[in-house]
Amino acid sequence: MSIKIALPKGRLLAETARRLQLADLGLAGYHPKTRFYRLTSERYPDLFAKIFHEKDIPIQVAVGNYDLGICGLDWVEELLAKYPSSALVKISDLGYGEGKLYMMASRAGGALMLKDAPAKMDTIRIASEYPNLAESFALSHRLRRFSVFPLWGGAEVYPPENAEMALVSRRKGEPLNNDLVPLSEIMGFSAFLIANRTSWEEKDLSEITSAIERAVLPPLAEETPPVKSVATPVPYPAGDTVRLALPDGHQQPPTRQLLDKAGIRVDDYPSASGNRRPTTSLAGVSIKVIRPQDMPLQVANGNFDLAITGRDWLREHVYQFPSSPAVELLDLKSGRVKIVAVVSQDLPVTDSRDLRQLSNGGESGLRVASEYVNIADKYARDNHLGRYRVVPTWGASEAFLPEDADLLIENTETGQTLARHKLKIIDNLFESTACLIGRKDGASSKKGEKIKAILEMLRDAVEEFK
Amino acid sequence: MRVQRCKGMRDLSPAEMKVFGQLESIFRDGCLKWGYEEVRTPTIESLHLFTSTGTLTPGMLGRVYSFLDWDGWSGERVVLRPDGTIPVARFYIDSMADKGLAKLFYITNTFIFEETGKENREKWQGGAELIGVNLVAADVELVILALEVLQSLGIKGVELRLSHAGVIRALLTRLGLSPEEQATLFDQILEGNTRALARLKPGDSGQKEALALLLERKEKSTRFLREVKALSPELKRPLNNLIEVAELLEALGYDYLIDIASGRGFEYYTGVIFQLSTGNKKIGGGGRYDALIPLMGGKDVPASGFALYLNQLMKLLKPKTEAKTSGKKILIKAKADRPEILKEGFRLAKSLHEAGYSAEIQLGDEAPADLRWIIEIQDKAPRFMLTDRAKKRHFSAPSVAEVQQLLDKESE
Repeated sequence: MSIKIALPKGRLLAETARRLQLADLGLAGYHPKTRFYRLTSERYPDLFAKIFHEKDIPIQVAVGNYDLGICGLDWVEELLAKYPSSALVKISDLGYGEGKLYMMASRAGGALMLKDAPAKMDTIRIASEYPNLAESFALSHRLRRFSVFPLWGGAEVYPPENAEMALVSRRKGEPLNNDLVPLSEIMGFSAFLIANRTSWEEKDLSEITSAIERAVLPPLAEETPPVKSVATPVPYPAGDTVRLALPDGHQQPPTRQLLDKAGIRVDDYPSASGNRRPTTSLAGVSIKVIRPQDMPLQVANGNFDLAITGRDWLREHVYQFPSSPAVELLDLKSGRVKIVAVVSQDLPVTDSRDLRQLSNGGESGLRVASEYVNIADKYARDNHLGRYRVVPTWGASEAFLPEDADLLIENTETGQTLARHKLKIIDNLFESTACLIGRKDGASSKKGEKIKAILEMLRDAVEEFK
Repeated sequence: MRVQRCKGMRDLSPAEMKVFGQLESIFRDGCLKWGYEEVRTPTIESLHLFTSTGTLTPGMLGRVYSFLDWDGWSGERVVLRPDGTIPVARFYIDSMADKGLAKLFYITNTFIFEETGKENREKWQGGAELIGVNLVAADVELVILALEVLQSLGIKGVELRLSHAGVIRALLTRLGLSPEEQATLFDQILEGNTRALARLKPGDSGQKEALALLLERKEKSTRFLREVKALSPELKRPLNNLIEVAELLEALGYDYLIDIASGRGFEYYTGVIFQLSTGNKKIGGGGRYDALIPLMGGKDVPASGFALYLNQLMKLLKPKTEAKTSGKKILIKAKADRPEILKEGFRLAKSLHEAGYSAEIQLGDEAPADLRWIIEIQDKAPRFMLTDRAKKRHFSAPSVAEVQQLLDKESE
């Protein structure tokens, strides 16, 4: 009887690895420097482990791909908020990786208090990486009209201009950004051992679970989380200020280079202190640093006039909202990747036609994993994949094949990572580069002249690159 | 690959649709007789119509089908209609606000998630809304309309339970709870959790007992309400209103049960609430909701209404047994592989339809049992051979006109 366990990457990895070592499960391959996603146990021949992004673990356990999982309770509750009948059992609190979720509002935004919120006729915007918990909060607090922005990250930078509230997570000891005031503590969380309900009822998991539960260690001296930038309260941008979004993460260096070429001075970007509100030499322009994944939606809903993101994320947005006003204004020609359809090398599939046959043959339908759920959905529809389901992933998607998905829609630069994971490309969807996006009607607005000027500066810089 | 229905969804077969059609037409006739006009609102509405306090309880809101529309980049969600009344109120505000009085009815499906998938997630209801007046007569008219429809449907043992949202609210106010606590407790009571009261602090005991008493008693007359009224002056207005409605119904010969705990599920009620059941099955309910239209941004317009639960009623109805054979139903036998004959068959069917007969071309092997006439089309004269299955007689006719004359004469 095999037992499968899903283990976290990221913030919980180091502490989880220490505990598992003490538990003596024989999973020596699970350590912070591991380059592998799949692990077998030297001690229990039937124990199999796979490493996932923490957010994917409750889903993988609930659908029965894994018997056991270790992840933060916050992500378990995020799943249960939307799908309360998920087949999940919370087995035990492992007592590390603690933190809290808060609903925050801007100090500068001021007067919005929760008890006034239900009476407000205006839409209350809530930004969060936890959209389901945010929606539950809004419903249970009887907010009359609300929008939830599901984010990939950086929720705390949205209030006050781009959202009235943000549901944010804070690790133990991590200070609250003093721009924001907590309106309500949503929940406390820590690492939890969870099980699939059917596995819990039908398999004997006790040897593994009690070994994990017994492995209690004094926690490592917690590295003090970096103090998030405490930017000075920002004045609300005047009505004709152009609001520009710049990407965080690995797109920062090429963006910085482009801005330099264009002669646009931006101070403290990329920021060592995590400042998400850099200042600029451009008059009448305000800048925020957010996730490129979140930009097209924020441009569409009018929160930003311009943003530097990838064509992949713009397509992902437009496939969800075909009449969206967000459009590509300029190809920045950097960060070139291909968006491809990928299967395991073991599968006798060479193109989308084979895929169709594979899909129609199966009882349960084809499992399509992707960070790009709408691109993946459109690909499946356009290729008439019959019965299929899209499994959303939050990174390390190549680890899903072949056990936990049949098809992957993924970006690749050289194809080497895919090959290393024994995967093969069966279809090219499109090519993606960094691009400047804006609203269709942007040029005709009262900010039109300024928008055009920035566009021209960037266009000249791109030409120069060539 | 097996093709299955979605969990919690059901088909209505031809036999079930006959019952459903019967229900629809009796409900429609009942409403039309009282001067109500039919409306049909869209399946998709904005979520925010249903979210604010005073519309759906949080328990129901947690089970609506909400999603982002194809142009939902603002992040605001839309919903598959979870309730029949709120869309009609929205329609009234949209399109009829200047009309004042509106008497509207609808037959519609509503969508609420149910976990096991064994119950229906899509339900049908027939509802009537009387918008623009706050009169005892309006509430009584709606009760009578509902009862008349149930009577026409032949539903036996219908029980009418009366409650009053104003009574529950007045008591909650007196318990000294904060507005939020009141709202939570009211929601719990509306969701059928009367035990929620037991958790109140003992300090509230006097009021708590009055509330418990009111919620526990089930009486066939208004007498005990008069006693309660003497105990608690705040309850005077809502109780008087409930007594007036009950006594008018009583004077008209309708039985009822005063059951304050029976009003549940919808936060928007402000006045009399009524519930209809038979053999412990809830088959309908309604009540007064004077605050809903202003709350949704309309003018200060009072309203009340009810809905009958068509899924429940369908289980109680049997399909009408059809007349053994109908003289108006005809089967035409025309050889499918002979274009000339087939053409003649279709011409005959067309003129019979125009003359008011049901006529179908035989496609399978069997002839439906309930039809009286079979007409066979032949190669040579006489073109049409007629069989009267009821009287076991045969005729022939050379032309469509003569077929028709014969049928008119013999079918009388």
